[in-house]
Amino acid sequence: MNTNSNAYTIGYASIMVIIVAFLLAFISSSLKEKQTENVKLDTKKQILSALNIKDGDVAANWENVSDFILNADGTLSAYDGDFRTNYSDTTELHVFESNVNGEKKYVFPVRGAGLWGPIWGYVALNADKNTVYGTYFGHEGETPGLGAEITKPFFTEQFVDKTVSRDGNIVLSVVKNGKVSDSSCEVDGISGGTITSKGVDEMLKSCLKRYSAFLSSAAADATSGATKVENAAQDSAAAKMAAVDSTVCALKDTLVAKADSIVKEVKDELKK
Amino acid sequence: MSNLKETFLTPLGLNNPVAVQVLGICSALAVTAQLEPAIVMGLSVTIILALANVVISLLRNTIPNRIRIIVQLVVVATLVTIVSEVLKAFAYDVSVALSVYVGLIITNCILMGRLEAFAMANGPVDSLVDGIGNGLGYAIILVIVAFIRELFGAGTLFGYQVIPDCLYEAGYMNCGLMLMPPMALIILGCIIWAMRAKNPELQEK
Repeated sequence: MNTNSNAYTIGYASIMVIIVAFLLAFISSSLKEKQTENVKLDTKKQILSALNIKDGDVAANWENVSDFILNADGTLSAYDGDFRTNYSDTTELHVFESNVNGEKKYVFPVRGAGLWGPIWGYVALNADKNTVYGTYFGHEGETPGLGAEITKPFFTEQFVDKTVSRDGNIVLSVVKNGKVSDSSCEVDGISGGTITSKGVDEMLKSCLKRYSAFLSSAAADATSGATKVENAAQDSAAAKMAAVDSTVCALKDTLVAKADSIVKEVKDELKK
Repeated sequence: MSNLKETFLTPLGLNNPVAVQVLGICSALAVTAQLEPAIVMGLSVTIILALANVVISLLRNTIPNRIRIIVQLVVVATLVTIVSEVLKAFAYDVSVALSVYVGLIITNCILMGRLEAFAMANGPVDSLVDGIGNGLGYAIILVIVAFIRELFGAGTLFGYQVIPDCLYEAGYMNCGLMLMPPMALIILGCIIWAMRAKNPELQEK
C-alpha cells in the first residue's frame, strides 16, 4: 500500500483524531466523578489547614466547619448548595465558620495571580474578625525554591496574630524581605519571589476588602452595642468591689492580729 | 542482548540526551531548583517516553511520512493527558506535586527526538529500552543539577536542612543565585565541559 498518497494521509489523520478523541473523552468522563471528589477533599483539607487542623480524617474534621454566604448588610446566611471548590466568582462571598478549642474562627477564601499562574489561599481569623489565626496558600506553577515557597510553614506562620484591618482599610500586607516597618500587620516576602509575594499582598487586600461589611460588623458590635459596654462597665465595677472587699478583709485581719498582740503584751505586764 | 544493553547504557553516559545532545534544556532549567520536583519530572519523562516510543514503534510502518511529526505529537499529547487524568483520579497528591510539569513533558525535545530518531526505525522492544534509557539519562542530569542547586542555594536536600547551623553562625550564607534559572544553565555547562574533557571522542574536530 502506498502510505504517501494524499488519500491515505488524510484518512490516517482522520481516523487517528477520531480514535484519540473518543479515548480521551471516555477516560475523562469515566474518571470525572473521582476527580471532583478528590478536588473537593483537597479544598476542604486546605481550609482545615488554614484553621491549623492538619491531622486526622478530612471528612470527619469537616463536620465541625459550616459554609456561609455573606449578605450585603454584613450578616451571614447558611449555604446549602453543593460544596464549591472554586471561589474566584465574587458574586457569592463564602465564609467558613468553625469552632477550634471552643473559640469561633472564620475562614475567608482569597484568589489572586502570581508570576506564572493563579495563586489562592484561605485566611482564618479569630472571633474578633481582626487578627489572623492561620493561613494557607496554594499556587499552580510558581518557581520551586522561589515563589513556590509561599506554601511553606515559615511563610504562612508569619501571618499569625497580625492585624487585618484598621479604620476600614485592609492593612495586612506582604512587604519586601527585610523591609518590615510595622510588625503588627506586615510580613516578610520571599526573597527572589518578589512577584509572587506581591501577588499574595494584592490578593489579600483585594479579596478581604470584599468582606469589609462583615469584618467591620465586629468592630460595630464592640462600640455601638450598648449591652456590651454596659456589661463591661458592670464587670469593671464588680471587679473594683471585689478588690475593695479583699483590702477590707486584709485590714481587718491585721487589726485583729495587732489587737491580739497588744492584749498579750498587757497581760504579760500585768503578770509581772 | 548486548545490543539492548548498549541501547540502554549509552544514553546514560556517552550519548546523554541533555549533556551530549543538549536536548530538553528548558525543562531542565525550570524544575531543578529543588531535588523533589527534579526526580518527579525525571520519572514522568521516563514513563511517557517509554510508552510513546513503544506506540510509535508499533505504528511506524503505517505512519504517512508527510505527517509523521504530527502523529508523534498527537501520541505524546494523548499519553500525557491520560497519565495526568489518571493521576488526578488515583494519586491526587502526586498530580498536585507535578502541577504544570506534566504539561511541560509534551514540549520536551527529547521525546520528539527519540521518536523521530529511534522509534520510527526500530522494533517495540528496542524502543522501550531506548525510551527508559534516555528518560533515565535525562533524570540523572536533572538530579545532579538539582542536588547542587538545592544544597548551595537553600542549604537543604528534599526540603530538609543539611548544612549545620554552626556553619551559618560562622558566617556561611546560602547562595541565592543558585536558585535562579541562569545558574542551572551554568551548572549544566560545567557538566558538559567535564564530560567532554573526560571523553575526547565527544569533542568536535
